[in-house]
Amino acid sequence: MRRPLWILAVLLSHWRRHPMQLATLLIGLISATALWSGVQALNQQARIAYDRAAATFGGSRTAMLVSKDSTTFPQQLFVDLRRAGWPVSPMLEGRVQIDGRSFRLLGVEPVTLPSEVGNAPAVGRGSLQAFVTPPGEMLVAGETLRDLGLKEGDRPQANGTSLPPLRVQAELAPGALVVDIGIAQDILKMPGQVARLLVGKSKAPHATLESVAGDKLRLVEPSAESDLERLTDSFHLNLTAFGLLSFFVGLFIVNSAIGLAFEQRLPMLRTLRACGVSARLLNTVLVIELVSLALVAGLIGLVCGYVIAAALLPDVAASLRGLYGAQIPGQLSLKPVWWFAGIAISILGALAAAAASLAKAIRMPVLATAQPQAWQQAQRRWLMFQSAAALAVFAVAAVLIQFGDSLIAGFAVLAALMLGAALILPMVLQIALALGQRSARAPVGIWFWADSRQQLSGLSLALMALLLALAVNVGVGTMVESFSRTFLVWLDGRLAADVYISAASDAQAKQIKAWLHDRPEVEAILPGGRADTQLGGAPIEVLGLPDHATYRDNWPLLESTANAWVRLRPGDTCLVSEQLSRRMKLAIGDHIEVPAPGGNWPLEIVGIYADYGNPKGQIAVNFAALTRRFPQTPQTRLGLRVAPDEIAPLITALQAKFGLDDRNVADQATMKRESKRVFNRTFSVTAALNAFTLGVAGIALLTSLLTLANSRLPQLAPLWAIGLTRRRLAALELLKTMAVALITALFALPLGLLVAWCLLAIVNVKAFGWRLPFHVFPLQLIELLAVAMAAALCAAALPVARLARMQPATLIRTFVNER
Amino acid sequence: MLRVTGLTKSYRSAGEDVAVLRGVDLTVATGESVALTGESGSGKSTLLHLIAGLDAADGGEIALADINVSGLNDAGRAELRRDRLGLVFQQFNLIPSLSVADNLVFQSRIAGRHDAAWHDELVERLGLKNLLRRYPEQLSGGQQQRVAIGRALAPKPLLLLADEPTGNLDEDTADEVLHLARDLVARTGCGFLMVTHSARLAATLDRQVNLHAGVIA
Repeated sequence: MRRPLWILAVLLSHWRRHPMQLATLLIGLISATALWSGVQALNQQARIAYDRAAATFGGSRTAMLVSKDSTTFPQQLFVDLRRAGWPVSPMLEGRVQIDGRSFRLLGVEPVTLPSEVGNAPAVGRGSLQAFVTPPGEMLVAGETLRDLGLKEGDRPQANGTSLPPLRVQAELAPGALVVDIGIAQDILKMPGQVARLLVGKSKAPHATLESVAGDKLRLVEPSAESDLERLTDSFHLNLTAFGLLSFFVGLFIVNSAIGLAFEQRLPMLRTLRACGVSARLLNTVLVIELVSLALVAGLIGLVCGYVIAAALLPDVAASLRGLYGAQIPGQLSLKPVWWFAGIAISILGALAAAAASLAKAIRMPVLATAQPQAWQQAQRRWLMFQSAAALAVFAVAAVLIQFGDSLIAGFAVLAALMLGAALILPMVLQIALALGQRSARAPVGIWFWADSRQQLSGLSLALMALLLALAVNVGVGTMVESFSRTFLVWLDGRLAADVYISAASDAQAKQIKAWLHDRPEVEAILPGGRADTQLGGAPIEVLGLPDHATYRDNWPLLESTANAWVRLRPGDTCLVSEQLSRRMKLAIGDHIEVPAPGGNWPLEIVGIYADYGNPKGQIAVNFAALTRRFPQTPQTRLGLRVAPDEIAPLITALQAKFGLDDRNVADQATMKRESKRVFNRTFSVTAALNAFTLGVAGIALLTSLLTLANSRLPQLAPLWAIGLTRRRLAALELLKTMAVALITALFALPLGLLVAWCLLAIVNVKAFGWRLPFHVFPLQLIELLAVAMAAALCAAALPVARLARMQPATLIRTFVNER
Repeated sequence: MLRVTGLTKSYRSAGEDVAVLRGVDLTVATGESVALTGESGSGKSTLLHLIAGLDAADGGEIALADINVSGLNDAGRAELRRDRLGLVFQQFNLIPSLSVADNLVFQSRIAGRHDAAWHDELVERLGLKNLLRRYPEQLSGGQQQRVAIGRALAPKPLLLLADEPTGNLDEDTADEVLHLARDLVARTGCGFLMVTHSARLAATLDRQVNLHAGVIA
């Protein structure tokens, strides 16, 4: 046992003498683990929240019976099915407005709720009597209570009636209000109606569905994923892709540090072997050393990952709320598996990064064989092989673009493009530097290019990291900027009214409308409303638009028939959102059947409109037709056209007259400001991860240059000996780094634009259902180029400064040690 | 103690087999010091490497005490070097990240044959007392080679093998280092086989063996 410990001590002594190298290795591992586990923490946090939501609602994870052609069906069917032995439990769902804010009201029947539904059976268990007996109880999550600014026992108002007293049920998802189904039927004014029947897993024999319910109901099988999980998959895939990219960039650092340490320790390893340490023992101890370092770095990385996740969580939560309406608690609570996975990924990453060095150590002959020529030839062969591999990977990307039809295929195209570009980069640099060398005339110039080429093998991994980080920055930056530009134009069209009102109830909305009719400054009152239903098994929104020039002139239609707005009036046509049209492959002229309370509503599609940021599919119909088909639709939303100078006084008057606050009434500018704020926040996580990745790439370059600096002395010392000053040598070294960084950055720009195109034309379309126009932003590209050069300058500064200040004795030692 | 019989070794170079050793016979008795001389490329270092188990012979036999070196696998050869042999190289081959003190005890520790009294004597005789906390890069060539000799002799090997141990040293230092090595070898009673170019130094050992064109002349 003492022998391996001795050998381990000897191996570790290298790091004691080279603390900078150890720091490099640890920084690489820590950043890789931190970014990866930080992103995983965010994903895990979100998934916990989705599980909570899915469990509460008995959502898509539970089998259920729904109406074939309507949003609700009579409660009698529930009674019939129970009598026939079906383990069903009724639910009713709708939306209520409390203080102008919309909440999801869920009516459950606690006695029959199946146990598999999740935590819902616990609802009301403590006080079943209080839950089901009027006034009943309204169960909410602690977060919802805080959002409402109320306390337990309070009875908020909704739809003109008092809701049951509030009680906190910790397991509930935020934003959900759970009451007894009878109370829900009263609140939603749907007496005797049920939205769905949850089906338990009881094995008791029961009659066929048709024999009890005829063709009125259909069975929806449970799915492993909840609606939210499905909707947010792309967001989490995006985060994971970023995490993975940062992880790999971090591993570039680890690889370069381990590679250098191995080269420097080669004589030591040979001496150990000469002193009688067997190859097996030496390799075992090398692995133990690496795993120990990975363990330490993994633990620190996990702590950093936790800090990163905690810092990004508010923005991620805002993004998920803004994009998908998902409620994520603001506090991190991580499962033990996260910690173990973080440590495991650190160890696996370290082993992967060290694989080449370990393989070399295993094959290392005890006697040194100095064959520089053979080594150079091997390098050339490797370069050719790498370039061939790059071309093969590009071919895979081309095939995927042509035939791939999924989000995964979209990400695979991105991965293939970046992998191919990284693989071909050394060849691109070789060619560029060879051209430089050919054009050089002065001896120092020729040496400059030739030496840059020789340096490439040591720098190529760091340059690949820089290339990937820059390309992702260009790609994501261009995508966000394109999105931003399109979004702002779209917002101008969508938010065409001057003032927006959200009344507390239909009754208040009526009073407000009556009052507004007498105000001369109000040019038009534009009522709005929306109903929820399903199309093709997925939830959709039906939006009611009044027939008014405000919409006709501004609503952002992507394509439409002639006179689409006129054809909308009778109520037999609709417009569909771009994402719904893509998801269901709907085109203009197609017909759809929309389930409505009175039966299916046949509609012809006369236009397709952009609906950015909405996770649900949406159709827009004439407002009057909507209220006819969905009579329960709350009519609390109003848009007003008002002369610009009269907007502020009108809002003040509305607030004074009807007790409305800023959440209930807002002008167009405020709404736009808020939308832009949500938009910017949505992409702030992306921006943060972008910056992290670029930072890690900068560190990779720095560490490579630092580690190369020592081994380059034998190349530089002869030039110093024949008369080049240290300062001039330092300047040349700086110039060389900047030159290769510039070539890399210039290569990264078109690659980044290609990445942006992939994101806009493939990933976004598959992930969100909308395609954005592709714009190039030259200023942004110049800015990134400058950032890349600044990163290279910072990375090169330290080793170059060291060289400039190097004592002549150090350079002389190079000759003394020369063999 | 060491008996080499009919040893052959060839390398492949530029597509051709080049025979370096063509049937070498050699013996070194316990306590005997032997100088192995010969012109460059005669196979001196190759012979030494084969005896040390750093490389494998094509044919012939090497026996060290009761061990048939030729029949050992890689692990067996590593054990042989660790427990029975001491190696000294022209380039010193100290471990740069270990102090002199740690370098000195390294082999005896991993061989599990550390003898504190012998270690102190080595430090004393090699004049390393004031250098123990230094690192190899802070030592002169002669000092480094003294540490290398100390490391090799610390586990009290059966045979000390030295490959041009004075090749990097000036004449005076070379004399001094070799004098110390001979003294310590005599003190331990182990065999000593040294490869050298220097006829002057070779003459100071018990016996000289000349290798010419792959065979003992």
